[in-house]
Amino acid sequence: MTQSNYSPREKPRWETYSKCIHCGLCLNACPTYRELRQEMDSPRGRIYQMIQVDRGALALGPSFVRHIDLCLDCRACETACPSGVEYGRLVELARSQIARHYRRPLRSRLLRRLFLAGLLPHRRRLECVGMILRAWQQSGLEQLVLQSHLLEALSPRLARIARLAPRLEKPFFTRQLGHVVPARGSRRYRVAFFAGCIANLAFARLNEATLRVLAENGCEVVIPKEQGCCGALQVHAGLRDLARRLARRNLEAFLAEDWDAVITNAAGCGSVLKEYPLLFEEEQPELHPQALRFSSRVKDVTEYLAGIDFNRALGPVPARATYQDPCHLAHAQRIRSAPRQLLRAVPGLELVELKEAEVCCGSAGIYNVVENEMAERLLAAKMRRIDETQADLILTANPGCLLQLRAGVAGSKNPARRVMHVVEVLDKAYQTSP
Amino acid sequence: MQVPPLVQELIQATNEEAVLWRPEDLMLYEYDALSSRRPPEAVVFPATTQQVAAVVKVAARHHCPVIPRGAGTGLSGGAVALEGGVVVSLARMNQILEIDLENQRARVQPGVVNQDLSLAVADAGYYYAPDPSSQKACTLGGNVAENSGGPHTLAYGVTTNHVLGLEVVLPDGCVIRTGARYWDRPGYDLTGFIVGSEGTLGIVTEIVVRLMRLPEAVKTLLAIYDSVADATATVAAITAHGITPAALEMMDGLMLRAIEAATHAGYPLDAAAVLLIELEGLREAVEEEADSITAVCGAHRARQVRVARRAEERELLWRGRKNAFGAIGRLTPSFYVQDGVIPRTRLPQMLDYIAGVERRYGLRIGNVFHAGDGNLHPLIMFDSRDAQQVRHAVKAAEEIMGKCVELGGSITGEHGVGIEKNELMPLIFSEEDLAVMRKLKQVFNPQNLLNPGKVLPSGKMCGEVRVQVSLGS
Ligand SMILES: Cc1cc2nc3c(=O)[nH]c(=O)nc-3n(C[C@H](O)[C@H](O)[C@H](O)COP(=O)(O)OP(=O)(O)OC[C@H]3O[C@@H](n4cnc5c(N)ncnc54)[C@H](O)[C@@H]3O)c2cc1C
Ligand code: SF4
Ligand code: SF4
Repeated sequence: MTQSNYSPREKPRWETYSKCIHCGLCLNACPTYRELRQEMDSPRGRIYQMIQVDRGALALGPSFVRHIDLCLDCRACETACPSGVEYGRLVELARSQIARHYRRPLRSRLLRRLFLAGLLPHRRRLECVGMILRAWQQSGLEQLVLQSHLLEALSPRLARIARLAPRLEKPFFTRQLGHVVPARGSRRYRVAFFAGCIANLAFARLNEATLRVLAENGCEVVIPKEQGCCGALQVHAGLRDLARRLARRNLEAFLAEDWDAVITNAAGCGSVLKEYPLLFEEEQPELHPQALRFSSRVKDVTEYLAGIDFNRALGPVPARATYQDPCHLAHAQRIRSAPRQLLRAVPGLELVELKEAEVCCGSAGIYNVVENEMAERLLAAKMRRIDETQADLILTANPGCLLQLRAGVAGSKNPARRVMHVVEVLDKAYQTSP
Repeated sequence: MQVPPLVQELIQATNEEAVLWRPEDLMLYEYDALSSRRPPEAVVFPATTQQVAAVVKVAARHHCPVIPRGAGTGLSGGAVALEGGVVVSLARMNQILEIDLENQRARVQPGVVNQDLSLAVADAGYYYAPDPSSQKACTLGGNVAENSGGPHTLAYGVTTNHVLGLEVVLPDGCVIRTGARYWDRPGYDLTGFIVGSEGTLGIVTEIVVRLMRLPEAVKTLLAIYDSVADATATVAAITAHGITPAALEMMDGLMLRAIEAATHAGYPLDAAAVLLIELEGLREAVEEEADSITAVCGAHRARQVRVARRAEERELLWRGRKNAFGAIGRLTPSFYVQDGVIPRTRLPQMLDYIAGVERRYGLRIGNVFHAGDGNLHPLIMFDSRDAQQVRHAVKAAEEIMGKCVELGGSITGEHGVGIEKNELMPLIFSEEDLAVMRKLKQVFNPQNLLNPGKVLPSGKMCGEVRVQVSLGS
């Protein structure tokens, strides 16, 4: 056997990948395989390629990088896999190797660095960019540009991506950091709220709705001031050192007190917060115990509510609704029934099951920007399934998915359909409660 | 890199996106679910029957083997390029061409995934009955080639009982149609001949299948035992009572624990064995049968008989069962799965025998199988890094297979012969039997270019090599 093409630290390991018995049961669960129907873009094939790189039989070069890049890290393969292969762990380590040893074209390198390292981790910079973007959106210039087809003329890809840009919502949620929201009625729990990074600007109203819903359920909610970006996008991009820095900041911010739970409304953030211990397995292992302690407290908001005896004084929300499972909730956190349980408790809400609800919508962090073509294909397939349900209300439980599905609805024949987070439905239901 | 002439012609027969030929891509086609051998020289993804025919002609001109492939979930190495050649992947021919509910028929391309067909007709109250455990991934073309079965084979038969007609591309590129949509056509039953031929007679490009109505009622029972012998004795007793369940599966304690770790389906961890029994049909009949089966299980010392109350509970139990093979990765670094068949009345004897083999070689053997059909899947566990264990695994497998034949059974129930069992064919067929098969194959595949080295014995491989193949090492 020749030498591994990985460097020794933080690489896909035999202990993990040897569990794959190449049975292929994961193939049709994988969104990219479903579209391309070729092994290189299947979970089994990606694992095989990782193994070949470790055996020195395949270069850590353009071909390998292409197929690993195209992976959504949606982890549907983990749900499908009977052998318990931890694919997420493997692909994240493979990407860490790629980030360290593969030179991307300059433009893509700059973009990644700018966004993942230069922007997301910094609250002030985020706010600044947010202000500018918002002014642009408010001024009507954005509308004008989008409608003028100017972007299409410049670059159709850019035009598609521009439509994904979130609406920025003033006032930003950053103002709430450090605040405490009292429980409504008697206090039963004291929980900490994880606010996210971009969500502070683009999902300020969703965050507020989450606070109200928690308060309705007897939670006193503390929003620790020193918290920051969770590092999920950085982990997915293989930037583990940066992710560890972000993780440390959150460990400090949240471990100050023994909360009943640390709650997030973003499935993508929740899944990485729960997996902080993986970041400290090989590097800075002295933080591993802290990471374990922290992650055991992290709960998705739907998981938490379904787990406590949630307040059922819900008013009617009449709608024909369907629910799309966010990958990082259904596959990474294995939470499928909690959101459905909550929704079934809402009077007037008719929940129609969506076929292939567990297949990714193509959002996947920044995937819909960097791999726009595949993301668009997945979105189109998703919208066909959504159309079948004839739902007028489309529900999910992750901000990224909200953006993607909104783009899908906006570009559809029936753009009047609403797209909401499960928590927003509950918020509405509590407000209409008699 | 220079594009080889073969590849250029394949591209002409299809298009650029439909051909893989770079080594880094081809290495992904050196394996299926059983083995990993050598990579093919090219992989082609035709989109139409015409393209399949054109591709086959190109290969024939180059005197190059052609290996059809579906999803590559096969357990007998059927889709690997044993001698190099062109892999023809049908995975992108995955359209459901026609659904005719009035006549309970569907016409599909071979790349349609088994479960996707059922999903497409579920709302209308129909499904496609053959349900291999790999149904969420395997293709209907692969099912036809392997004549696949599944837990519900007991009541509804295997693939061949649900396939009415085929369109097939022969190795010389000519296209034939077999069978008919609604009734039997006169003449030889070519459909039946091609189903189960493991891609050695032709490439299936279209399939007409029967759809079935979803039953009015379904009931799933889990009978829990403290002894394997009691469980196996129950199997014969149930059918002796004149009841044919839709499915009747057995899992032993070792497998239960692995399955439970994989799926959290609610299987008891301390049992020696369980039977998973499914009843389908009219509501009242199902209730009655459930009562009699519970009584039979009780008479054979079942510790408990649980009835799944809700659909989710049923699905969970089945998910556990269907993930059984995969779950074994949790128990052992390597395993060798067998696929023997015996008359179900011989089950107690057979399991005793397997337990003896287990003791003699000091290897763990897990059992999970279609008990109602007497279709066994002993999973022999070992560590491939230990040469002694490898030898013992091969011996153990051979002895178990030999015993199956001795008890009046066969060496494969549903996983096919492929490159794994072909040398064992003389165990169950006489030289005359095999000679006729060779002649028939000659008619369809005279140059032996289509999937060479599979199904019929070549006399080349010994057991040791075989098990190496099946380990992917
Ligand atoms: C975990 C697991 C569980 C399984 N459980 C079962 C089970 O319960 N019952 C069962 O019967 N099998 C089972 N199998 C085996 C396998 O899934 C089946 O044999 C299945 O039918 C193979 O389908 P495929 O699309 O993956 O075919 P492949 O593996 O790609 O090919 C199988 C064979 O079919 C040929 N072939 C494929 N497509 C065509 C075509 N269009 N025309 C001509 N030849 C073709 C190939 O050349 C090859 O010889 C299981 C496998 C796994 C990994
Ligand atoms: S990842 Fe799991 S499901 Fe996929 S091939 Fe490997 S063992 Fe099978
Ligand atoms: S994470 Fe998603 S995209 Fe990546 S291999 Fe698994 S199923 Fe496919």
